[in-house]
Amino acid sequence: MTRKQKRLTVIGGALGFLGLATALVFYALGQKTSYFYMPADLQQATVAPGERIRLGGLVEKGTIIRGQGTEITFSVTDHEKSVKVAYTGILPDLFREEQGVITEGVFQPDGVFIADSVLAKHDETYMPKEVADSLKAKGVWQESR
Amino acid sequence: MVETGHFALVLAFALALVQSTLPLIGARKGDERMMAVGAPAAMMGFALIALSFGALTMAYLQSDFSVANVWENSHSLKPTLFKLTGTWGNHEGSMLLWVLILTFFGALVAVFGANLPASLRANVLAVQGWIGAAFMLFILVTSNPFARLIPAPFEGRDLNPVLQDIGLAVHPPMLYLGYVGFSVCFSFAVAALIDGRVDAAWARWVRPWTLAAWMFLTGGIAMGSYWAYYELGWGGFWFWDPVENASFMPWLAGTALLHSALVMEKRSALKIWTILLAILTFSLSLLGTFLVRSGVLTSVHAFATDPGRGIFILAILTVFIGGSLALFAFRAPSLSAGGLFHPISREGALVLNNLFLTTATATVLVGTLYPLLVEAVAGDKISVGAPFFNLTFGLLMVPLLLAVPFGPMLAWKRGDLFAAAQRLAAAFGGALLAVLIVFLFVDGASVFAALGSGVAFWLILGALTDIAARSGVPKVKLAVALGRLSGLPRSAFGTALAHLGLGLTVLGIVGVVSLQTEKIVTMRPGETLDISGYTLRFEGIHPYKGPNYTEDRATFVLATDKGEALGDIVSAKRFYPVRQMPTTEAGIRTLGLSQLYVSLGDGTQDGGIVVRVWWKPLVTLIWIGGLVMMAAGAISLTDRRLRIGAPAKRPQTPPVEPRPSLL
Repeated sequence: MTRKQKRLTVIGGALGFLGLATALVFYALGQKTSYFYMPADLQQATVAPGERIRLGGLVEKGTIIRGQGTEITFSVTDHEKSVKVAYTGILPDLFREEQGVITEGVFQPDGVFIADSVLAKHDETYMPKEVADSLKAKGVWQESR
Repeated sequence: MVETGHFALVLAFALALVQSTLPLIGARKGDERMMAVGAPAAMMGFALIALSFGALTMAYLQSDFSVANVWENSHSLKPTLFKLTGTWGNHEGSMLLWVLILTFFGALVAVFGANLPASLRANVLAVQGWIGAAFMLFILVTSNPFARLIPAPFEGRDLNPVLQDIGLAVHPPMLYLGYVGFSVCFSFAVAALIDGRVDAAWARWVRPWTLAAWMFLTGGIAMGSYWAYYELGWGGFWFWDPVENASFMPWLAGTALLHSALVMEKRSALKIWTILLAILTFSLSLLGTFLVRSGVLTSVHAFATDPGRGIFILAILTVFIGGSLALFAFRAPSLSAGGLFHPISREGALVLNNLFLTTATATVLVGTLYPLLVEAVAGDKISVGAPFFNLTFGLLMVPLLLAVPFGPMLAWKRGDLFAAAQRLAAAFGGALLAVLIVFLFVDGASVFAALGSGVAFWLILGALTDIAARSGVPKVKLAVALGRLSGLPRSAFGTALAHLGLGLTVLGIVGVVSLQTEKIVTMRPGETLDISGYTLRFEGIHPYKGPNYTEDRATFVLATDKGEALGDIVSAKRFYPVRQMPTTEAGIRTLGLSQLYVSLGDGTQDGGIVVRVWWKPLVTLIWIGGLVMMAAGAISLTDRRLRIGAPAKRPQTPPVEPRPSLL
């Protein structure tokens, strides 16, 4: 091979690699990201059972039910609609009624959301950003907290 | 005192403006007196910022609640250590620490750069001055830590309890030493572009700074990871949180820079690329600062959200990244290309390293910014989390990790892949053996666990082979080999040790990801739980009162399943009354390289408590690997050849008559 051919092979190889990496990133962005919804959004959006999403809102007052052992159910609401969420495990320290949460998981065919992770705020001024923005858009949010 | 600090900050800003202009003009005009302004200005700037930072620290130590910043983030009952570290446990103080470290590096360049060409030194200090001036202005305009409150409150609002930990003393300063340390590389790159002259000597000056910054960033990230692991009570060591990514991207780019600067120094090739990487690495540091400090993201790191700050940092970001890249585009074509090399050679291997690392950086960047982009364009809120990064970043890392042991085995210019493979045969055999042993003898080991351990052992054994091959083992006698070893440059040990540390981290990650076991159960006093060959007996919960918190401590008695007692594990739920905030204090017991991690949940109605217990095999290796990489950086830094100003070692041969020079 001449020097030029060698150089072309190397550059071709590098470009091929970059192409593969780009394809991988696009594939992963399509498959491995999850959309964020508030309960009311679910009326328009069609979320198939088994599709992984993030569901955010406030923990509805009086809905926290501790079941057998580590099972727990509660409702997430945006004061418009609410969705029943089932979760097994330890809730974050700052999980409380009327506080913002983000849950991540999938819907079952019967409409119950099975969460495998529950995120609450880190401190008293932190509301998950997605939740805060959506609540502001709905006019439910009071700025002076 | 507080006003003195404020005044010192204003003075430092004014001085930074002088530092950023006069030496630059001097370098253009060849005026030595103007160029000479740079060094004392940089040193004085550091002294002023240190005074300013000291004033804020004193306000914290004395609990001076007439300072708004102290009132918001401190409390008189807080332990002294946390009063001290609380100085940077908030947005304003954290930015002041950022600038303190920036000016510290500027002063170091001024002190150690005495043997740099005068115009290069002047330009470097001027660029440092620009960065300093921009961030000092940012603090003065949007984030003044010295604002007073009248009348002064009697008591403060306390520091976020999550931050009341020894981690705050170590993680931010170290991370900033890394983050901001790359500013020196950036300044060198921009200064070289202004000069329009880049040579191998430039790479030799830049490499120690890169190495030092990289070393601290490695430590800072590892420390942050361990802190999150034990403090948050979720037991995870890495969450692919945007804030973590913000520190990880400069690390990846910095690692690439470390390797490409090597090629430039030794073979004076890849000049343009190295300059670009130096710019990109610090740009990613700036981007990280923006992401973390602007409030675009929510996390423990985003102390307060104020759109004005975000826009200001975004402006700094645009000017510095845009400006430096424009300068690069303008100047790069005029830089001469470097030496040629065969694709299969040390240079080729390092180019491969750079290709993979920069691509990996790009995937992390895409994953971090994509949600912001989608929200801005389409209004949809999406989350890009661990599944995305594990697939893209994970897959990209595999070939790179496999290639690592080959790199140091190849000769410069033209290497022999076959000979390198022959030398690595033993390491390959060892890795294969590890795969078989894990697959056949470790309970519950998946294919991933087996292959992952194989990769880790390949890295570790490959690093050892590198050192062995350099010393001549097994061909020469032990004494000869030892003699050769002591003659090896320190940086050779640094390389091998860094790659070994990487292998340890990989082994830890593989161990914990593929073999950890987790149990979530409700326990009542007296009940026991079996996990991975250990038995935990729950003794009960007792209240305890700390200086500024109360806690419920649960005691567990640990024993092996054969009944051998191993002492207690205490796990607690803490409550900080000032902030009305609970935290989880996980109980962690290190057993060999593995850990047992006990985290408490809520009480149940029947008098029990929810307990989450993990067995985390080899987890400590993740951070031990990071410490080993840090040590490797330190060893390389002591290499004689990297010490700026160290006279070159005289050859042992009798001096030759000086040749008449034609120049």
